Amino acid sequence: MDVLLDNLDLYGPGFLNTVELFLISAVGSLVLGTILAMLRVAPVPVMRAMGAAYVTIVRNTPLTLVFFFFAFAFPLLKIVDAETFGGSASGYYFTAALAALILYTAAFVCEVVRSGINTVPVGQAEASRALGLTFGQMLASVVLPQATRAVVPPMMSTMIALLKNTTIAAGFSVFQAGSISANLAERGENQLIGLLWVAAFFVVLVIPMTLLQRSLEKRWSIAR
Amino acid sequence: MSSVLFDVPGPRARLRHRLYAVLGVAVLVALIAFVVYRFAESGQFDSQKWTWIQYEKVQIDLLDALLNTIKAFAAGAVLALLFGAIFAAGQLSDHKVIRVPSMVVVELFRAVPLVVLIFVFHYGVSLGAPFYSVVLGLTLYNGSVLAEVFRAGVLSLPRGQSEAAYAVGMRKTQVMNYVLLPQAVRAMLPAIISQLVVLLKDTALGFLITYEELLRYARYVGSIFEFGRPLVPVTIVVAAMYIAMCLLLTWLATYLEKRNRRDKKVIELAQKPAEDVVAAAV
Amino acid sequence: MRVRTLAVALLAGGLALTACGKEGGPGDTGSPSQQVAADVKVDGSPTFDKIKARGRVVIGVKEDQPGLGYKDPTSGKFTGFDIEIAKLVAAKLGYGDDKIDFKAIPSAGREQALINGDVDYYVGTYTINAKRKEQVAFAGPYFTAGQDLLVKKDDNSITGKDALKGKKVCSVTGSTPIQKVKSEGLTEPENIVELQNYSQCVEQLEQGAVNAVTTDDAILKGYASQSPTTLKVVGKPFSNEPYGIGLPKDDKALRDKVNDILQAALDGGDWQKAYEATLGKSGSTAEKPVLDRY
Repeated sequence: MDVLLDNLDLYGPGFLNTVELFLISAVGSLVLGTILAMLRVAPVPVMRAMGAAYVTIVRNTPLTLVFFFFAFAFPLLKIVDAETFGGSASGYYFTAALAALILYTAAFVCEVVRSGINTVPVGQAEASRALGLTFGQMLASVVLPQATRAVVPPMMSTMIALLKNTTIAAGFSVFQAGSISANLAERGENQLIGLLWVAAFFVVLVIPMTLLQRSLEKRWSIAR
Repeated sequence: MSSVLFDVPGPRARLRHRLYAVLGVAVLVALIAFVVYRFAESGQFDSQKWTWIQYEKVQIDLLDALLNTIKAFAAGAVLALLFGAIFAAGQLSDHKVIRVPSMVVVELFRAVPLVVLIFVFHYGVSLGAPFYSVVLGLTLYNGSVLAEVFRAGVLSLPRGQSEAAYAVGMRKTQVMNYVLLPQAVRAMLPAIISQLVVLLKDTALGFLITYEELLRYARYVGSIFEFGRPLVPVTIVVAAMYIAMCLLLTWLATYLEKRNRRDKKVIELAQKPAEDVVAAAV
Repeated sequence: MRVRTLAVALLAGGLALTACGKEGGPGDTGSPSQQVAADVKVDGSPTFDKIKARGRVVIGVKEDQPGLGYKDPTSGKFTGFDIEIAKLVAAKLGYGDDKIDFKAIPSAGREQALINGDVDYYVGTYTINAKRKEQVAFAGPYFTAGQDLLVKKDDNSITGKDALKGKKVCSVTGSTPIQKVKSEGLTEPENIVELQNYSQCVEQLEQGAVNAVTTDDAILKGYASQSPTTLKVVGKPFSNEPYGIGLPKDDKALRDKVNDILQAALDGGDWQKAYEATLGKSGSTAEKPVLDRY
């Protein structure tokens, strides 16, 4: 308990930043992942190929390397001026972390959504085509809403994974839960106890997500 | 499946698609060229930044590091599969005494970040060489996810399978071992392999407790002044290695899936929930 | 069939890779050799008994800090002032260079490595402080460093810690120097950059992404001496960092013994030799520390 109370200046902001990082990248990756999934089932072959290539490459790269790219290699491309971008250093690294998390998680979201689309009975798509809906209309108003149901449990696992992945940002100048242990080590605190507190916080954050998943699953389950 | 979502394109649409293809490839090539140009401009392709790769000691150490990564992966994969199978069976047990603890264990290890697990094993429980902590951490975390996959796989099998097995007089263990698990594992193979890809990538976290794996070595070489601190070049090489290893695994998955499909004995599942579980795990 | 082709290709690739290897390193440096003591006895020291049973001594060090603890990637040899001190202590305990195993351990793992007994003692920019003494013991100090700033050679705007306002400052995630910068408000929170190791910070400094790197001057001098034409140390230390040799907490016998060894080295000139062969090469001098026995 002492370790927690003595270092509230680490735990408080650390977990707030983790939650902030998580919420923004969750929304971002959901949007981007859904777009990618639409690409992967699109009528145009080149779109499908690009979607597939993106997912294959990103899913097979360790997240640390994706982070690395945005923190160190991206500034070399000089697309944006690192000096002014975000107005500050921490702004830049925060944005870099968001970019890495969103792009990485989007690949996984894409696969979840795609497998969700696959669970929608064929007749649904056929019927909407018979009604004269375009591809976009069909996805947006018929297939995706129905896919949501099948998507909930795996999507929640993806989001839990995203939450835990935010800790990797510690090595890339974003202060959050993952940075706490390094700070504690320098203060000479017992790292193990410090880490157990970090673990406890994650369990506390994950439990409501699991509960939400269970209740959504139950509410939306239908007999087939 | 996706072909049901739209009409077969006519001649004009096909022409349009070809145009899109050309445009898309052009944009992609331009993008890659731009990245290469900027890297070259900032000196990342200068010969000094690549000298590191010429030294025998560096090559051998790099291969050693790669070997360490593969070792941790191999041990972790085998143990995680075992752990997953045991706890999936536990979760499906009819006895509450077994079912509830199994569920708690699986949920707990899924919730705690792997980094924290590895730290606790190395520093808290003092397992000795970092290798053991890395492998145990990988086993427990990925094993829990695999347990969920197996469970989903067994649950997704048609009920007729177990009913028929009971009808011919099999006991519970027999039903599980001879009828349900073999089919579930087959159906879930792609999902299982993609979880193994995750496991392979997660070995990189071993650097935190001084396990001499690939990424740690890359970071070390990338910091050496005599080589011009070749952070970006080393990372390009190491990223290529990781992607190659993971792609090999993924190809194995696709190959197995294809071979499966030819196999008439496999039951086509209406839904593949386990695949979803894994698509999710990162 | 395809598998076999792949295996052959891999094998060929591997052979090609190893066949063209260069030996040796870009720069080898000599170090003073130590006389190995014989028949050393440290009564009542469990750590020393363990070393004796093993016949080798395992020392925790840093591997990425030029001038202090640095591992040459082409030969695998460790060099630097910390390494020299580690060797000196080992020699006086009766173990020559051929009986030393160096183990690279990053800052975050030091206490646990000592508690676990992964290493017999630790020599690597290890600042003595009260909190750490609750978990481990320290012999020494064998060196006194101070927090300083590394800047570009042509940058004259940063003259000390009070000139950091509005400048981007880089250090290692959670390290004591960056915690100090934060708590004393030396620069704005949004200008603080925390990366995985100092060389990444130095790289960012050279690229102009940050204005200063801050940590102990001993570490910074190592980087400055690597690139004397582009980097410089400001030279106004604003903290006191006594480096100690980390030992298992309850081993008072070994701690006293190591303190005796250090005192002899300080008095006898071995310490000076070790300094001149490593950190002193940049031309800077250092004051001999006063041991703090407890």
